[in-house]
Amino acid sequence: MGEVILTMKGIDKTFPGVHALDHVDFELKKGEVHALMGENGAGKSTLMKVLTGIYKKDSGSIIYEGKEVEFGNPREAQSAGIVIVHQELNMMNHLTVAQNIFIGREIMSGKLINDAQMNRKAKELFDLLNIEIDPTEKMGNLTVGKQQMCEIAKAISHEAKVIVFDEPTAALTESEIEELFKIIRDLRAKDMGIIYISHRMDEIKLITDRVTVMRDGAYVTTLISESCTKDDIVHAMVGRVIYEEPKVKSNVPKDAPVVLKVEHLKAGRLVNDVSFELKKGEILGFAGLMGAGRTETARAIFGADTKESGDIYVNGELVEIKSPQDAVKSGIGYLSEDRKRYGLAVQKTVAENSTLAALERYMKGLFIDKRKENEVTQQYIDSLKTKTPSTDQLVVNLSGGNQQKVVVSKWLVRNCDILIFDEPTRGIDVGAKSEIYHLMNELAKEGKSIIMISSEMPEILRMSDRIVIMCEGKKTGEMLIEEASQESIMHAATLRD
Amino acid sequence: MGTNNNKTNAAKRGIFTSAGATQKIVVILVIVALAVFFSVMSKPFRQYATLVSIFDYSYYISFMAIGVTFALITGGVDLSIGTGMITCGLVGGYVIAHKAMPVGVGILVALVIGLLFGLINAMTVAVMELPPFIATLCSMMLARGIGSILTGALSVTWPPAGSEQGWVRSFFKYKTEGGLLIPVGFLLVIIAVIVMSLILNHTRPGRYIIAIGSNKEATRLSGIKVRKYQGLAYLICGLFTGIAGIAYSCTFQAVAPGSGAGLELDAIAGAIIGGTSMNGGYGTITGTLLGVYVMSLLKTGLPYIGLQSNWQQIVTGIILIIAVLVDVLKNTKGK
Repeated sequence: MGEVILTMKGIDKTFPGVHALDHVDFELKKGEVHALMGENGAGKSTLMKVLTGIYKKDSGSIIYEGKEVEFGNPREAQSAGIVIVHQELNMMNHLTVAQNIFIGREIMSGKLINDAQMNRKAKELFDLLNIEIDPTEKMGNLTVGKQQMCEIAKAISHEAKVIVFDEPTAALTESEIEELFKIIRDLRAKDMGIIYISHRMDEIKLITDRVTVMRDGAYVTTLISESCTKDDIVHAMVGRVIYEEPKVKSNVPKDAPVVLKVEHLKAGRLVNDVSFELKKGEILGFAGLMGAGRTETARAIFGADTKESGDIYVNGELVEIKSPQDAVKSGIGYLSEDRKRYGLAVQKTVAENSTLAALERYMKGLFIDKRKENEVTQQYIDSLKTKTPSTDQLVVNLSGGNQQKVVVSKWLVRNCDILIFDEPTRGIDVGAKSEIYHLMNELAKEGKSIIMISSEMPEILRMSDRIVIMCEGKKTGEMLIEEASQESIMHAATLRD
Repeated sequence: MGTNNNKTNAAKRGIFTSAGATQKIVVILVIVALAVFFSVMSKPFRQYATLVSIFDYSYYISFMAIGVTFALITGGVDLSIGTGMITCGLVGGYVIAHKAMPVGVGILVALVIGLLFGLINAMTVAVMELPPFIATLCSMMLARGIGSILTGALSVTWPPAGSEQGWVRSFFKYKTEGGLLIPVGFLLVIIAVIVMSLILNHTRPGRYIIAIGSNKEATRLSGIKVRKYQGLAYLICGLFTGIAGIAYSCTFQAVAPGSGAGLELDAIAGAIIGGTSMNGGYGTITGTLLGVYVMSLLKTGLPYIGLQSNWQQIVTGIILIIAVLVDVLKNTKGK
């Protein structure tokens, strides 16, 4: 490791309602691979966005190559030598590899683009990186791994001194990861500073020199990768004080009947042989980091995405779920994390939304029976304590928490006994959160069974009777609430085999 | 080892390359098949005049199609080119016939009007970010109204061949001393194809137009002025609408106000048959030209087998559906 190339000091950033970065410090040396770790929402990406000028910091300073800098946009950062290799690759599939690498700064001869020269230059870059990619190949024909190599080549062609990798291995195969690591080691040997964002614990020891851990928007600690243990990192990541009382004991009797049984479910990369059971009256927490495949699992069970294989049993009977319609018929309701897109017709009234999934029961001949519709809507407004002036109120005018209740009432009207809550409190303010929690507990007490997908550790620990943990499409852990701790969950959530 | 690798690479070349070449070969086969079909079905089809007639149709469709290929590659479309073309021909002819201007001025006026429509579309689509479909549908209405108003709703005839001012017609159809008509307009089309291919494939504006159609956001993030180049595509389209207007006026007797609606579909169909993607990001000018010949062959040939204009519209509609379907299938295959 060489001298310090980048220092971020006391970086502070507030978004309306969120203190995203709380005086964060970060330091990067030349010839160092420095990991940035933390749970979802810890502030890693925000910090990198401040660094590259996508966000403007509120206070703090960035010292780069001995001078204080503030970039107005990613272009400026790029020309100064700081580039991000994004998780989602920004590529133009119809252009060739070389055309992508040199987009916006084509090599010209006169008025015409000199593609031959660009191909040669791209080849040189690839030779430098020891990778074999044909510069004349169309980008869209490359694998994700190769596309990423192209992004790296592009970064290097900008004469980058600092490269930020944002979860680079998320979509790569085993051999591609090895190739990537070889390149990263090469870059390190060439004295570049590398910031490496990842959720994968095992990669940290393999490729990085130091680890900086963030939690809830704040800097926690910086560890030396070689001498620290996985436990040290996990502890730093989750070592928060939980204010809300975690659930101590499961409320579900041991012999409660199984209402939903999923066996060997497979659907794409992110749902790989998932099996679990859900008991009557149980709240089953699904924990894991971003991209663990929890939402995908839920969508496959619900029939929103097609499953490749696997069996689903509802109340002991094998059911064939090919579409959301089939799922609803089997009594499964899904409450999406993105209520406005998938859960609600926000420009419609509370009544219209409540009866949407069961409208056939509120018909009088060809017409909708408004009186009956309003009756049932009012009944659930009362029982869920939804705050709305009337059944005719447009959903868009309700608060997030009350919108969530309308979605719940929609599935209750439809007589769903199994409810899948995907991030039930996302975008809901603190006060309304506890109301949603109370509602879920009430529903469970009444014998409804709930799957709760949540990325918030406190929420998982507070609500679940049992916890299933996923990592990269696989179930990597299952524990009763009595055995669960932040550490044990985080261990399973970063488990890769 | 090396050759082996190259082979597998070539085999792996997916929808982003091989489809274009394959499609061109298929289109050439379709052209041959159509020509054979019409020749077999109709004796009168087998004569030199038919060939001239096929070319006559191909001129204005070619120019429109070359222009609209640029709009299509950005992921948009320009529906105003049909009526726009007629308006260019009308107003250009009007200043010649009724204002006693030399034909050169008429040509200039036609080109300027075309560019103006291009500018309107560039403003609405690229700057105001209206959906291209709606924006150009509106400029289509504008074009039709303006054309009729400026000419007093009268048909306009460009100077006939052989007259003093009729020289421009011989750029498209050259009459030898023996009285033989030679479709020399083909040369103009070829020149346009070469120049526009060069611009599309070997200049920055062309490169950026493809990039926008491929991934607009990524192009923007690469620091490219997306609006400028998206707008430029519509300006090019407008310019070629003007050229098409001149070609139309020089190959046909009269230009009638209020006509032209639907002709844009001939051009769009030509481009899509030639492999240009409705989703943007891919298209070639040579492919477009081949597609145009399918359309002009149909326009010429169908009457010979007894299918008049109403039937031609039905055939055009069906062809367009097939072409778009092929495009959609091509795109889903890759996913």
